[in-house]
Amino acid sequence: MKPLLQSETFVRIAAPLAVGVALLAVWEIGCRLGSIPVYLFPKPSDILASLIKNGPSLLRALLITLRITLQAFAAAVVLGTLIAFMFVQSRAIEVSLFPYAVLLQVTPIVAIAPLIIILVKNTQLSLTVCATLVALFPIISNTTLGLRSVDPGLASYFRMNRASRLKTLVRLRIPGALPYFFGGLRISSGLALIGAVVAEFVAGTGGRSSGLAYEILDAGFQLDIPRMFAALFLITVTGVLLFGAMVGLSKLALSNWHESEIGAEA
Amino acid sequence: MNAPLPSDPLDAHTTRRAADRPPAVEVLSAEKIFANGTRALAPIDLTIAEGEFLTLIGPSGCGKSTLLKLIANLIQPSDGRILWWRGDFGQVGQGGRGLAFVFQEPTLMPWARVDANVRLPLDLADVPRGKADPRVSDALARVGLSAFARHFPRQLSGGMKMRVSIARALATDPNLLLMDEPFGALDEFTRNKLDDDLVKLWWERKLTTVFVTHSIYEAVFLSTRIVVLAANPGRIFRTMTIDEPQPRSQDFRDSARFAAYCRELSTWLAEASLPSASGVTP
Repeated sequence: MKPLLQSETFVRIAAPLAVGVALLAVWEIGCRLGSIPVYLFPKPSDILASLIKNGPSLLRALLITLRITLQAFAAAVVLGTLIAFMFVQSRAIEVSLFPYAVLLQVTPIVAIAPLIIILVKNTQLSLTVCATLVALFPIISNTTLGLRSVDPGLASYFRMNRASRLKTLVRLRIPGALPYFFGGLRISSGLALIGAVVAEFVAGTGGRSSGLAYEILDAGFQLDIPRMFAALFLITVTGVLLFGAMVGLSKLALSNWHESEIGAEA
Repeated sequence: MNAPLPSDPLDAHTTRRAADRPPAVEVLSAEKIFANGTRALAPIDLTIAEGEFLTLIGPSGCGKSTLLKLIANLIQPSDGRILWWRGDFGQVGQGGRGLAFVFQEPTLMPWARVDANVRLPLDLADVPRGKADPRVSDALARVGLSAFARHFPRQLSGGMKMRVSIARALATDPNLLLMDEPFGALDEFTRNKLDDDLVKLWWERKLTTVFVTHSIYEAVFLSTRIVVLAANPGRIFRTMTIDEPQPRSQDFRDSARFAAYCRELSTWLAEASLPSASGVTP
């Protein structure tokens, strides 16, 4: 048995945790010493109390946001992968459509969200559409890059063996694209959450209430700052968990062979 | 051109003369001029007999890889023609066998285990699993990698990866094995080891093999015949027959005859590389 402090896993978990606890302690003590009022800047203990007090309503809001995020993420993965497959089929398709994918990516979601919310009656659906638009691009660009990044030696081996297009796709292009695809997933999962929250803000200011962003807006109106922080805390935790899930998924799929995951396994 | 040394008349193991056997590949005045006007190969005539181990060697730009690709039907000659078993390229596939090409790099799929990599050409040819698996384990056994079937390529050394690549070629039970500097990236010790194994495999299967290399020692050790090419344009400079007992082993490498062959071949290569050696052909 190695001493606990020398264990890589222990240090990797314990070190950031210690930093977090220290920061929270400084925050708590600072607020108490400076007697900063709750409505200006709440202490961690105030936030925790609010989290417990407003638990049911916050949880309901969290579920709504989570649902939009996951729906949007799933839609982005399916759509993005399909579009990427379409792009690699022919250079003509990619050249003629890629600029529009970029156009979609660079247009701020805040700017088009009101339009989508007006056009799509169902609030849930309109928010999902907004979040999908935000999460889509990394999947398209990464998967396209991956499908194109075929080892030239293997590609000529497949050609020499007269492999059909389908077989080349299934046995060579798709496995080779996986590391890129998972890279896209990590970015996209975070963006889906951001897209969902931003869209909820826009909808919330327009009078259609839903999700954690609306909780933040509402708490702001009522000067219930601890509730604002509590909602923010839940958004952050959701984002971290999503990212963690994607890292785990990618490790599961690639740890056997890809350089990016091998170090973590050893 | 004759062998530089008289072969031992008492040696009973000497291989049959290439001329006694049917031709596997006939290169008939094949010429290759690339689209940019480069004359990679002047018209070349070369007959490769069944079961022969033929090595192409020569200075860079002599067209040895081009010639190999012509034989592999990967590119077409600009003029002249190539016959396989006295017919078109389809004849290579007689008896469900075919052509196998081993590249300079192992070119393995990093995401697939060793056995899946070896099975790839069979999968691509739609050979059912039940038929393919015994051939895969047989091929792995022959390159000495049975214990590594469930490993991933990244867990293997460079030499072992190359063995997997050779096993992949053997799994198709080819009629014709083409190798383009397969051991060029390996250290000399590993290369000698693989050469030893390759000689055994070739001898067991009587596999017609065309091998491209830069190494004089490797060429002499492996070949029944060495074709020295010269550049500008690529053409056959001289041919050396290595008529020695088979299968060869370290004893041959240590022999005085081996050294004599190498010396002779080295002189030829130097001559083939001279500027005056170029432009001899009109």
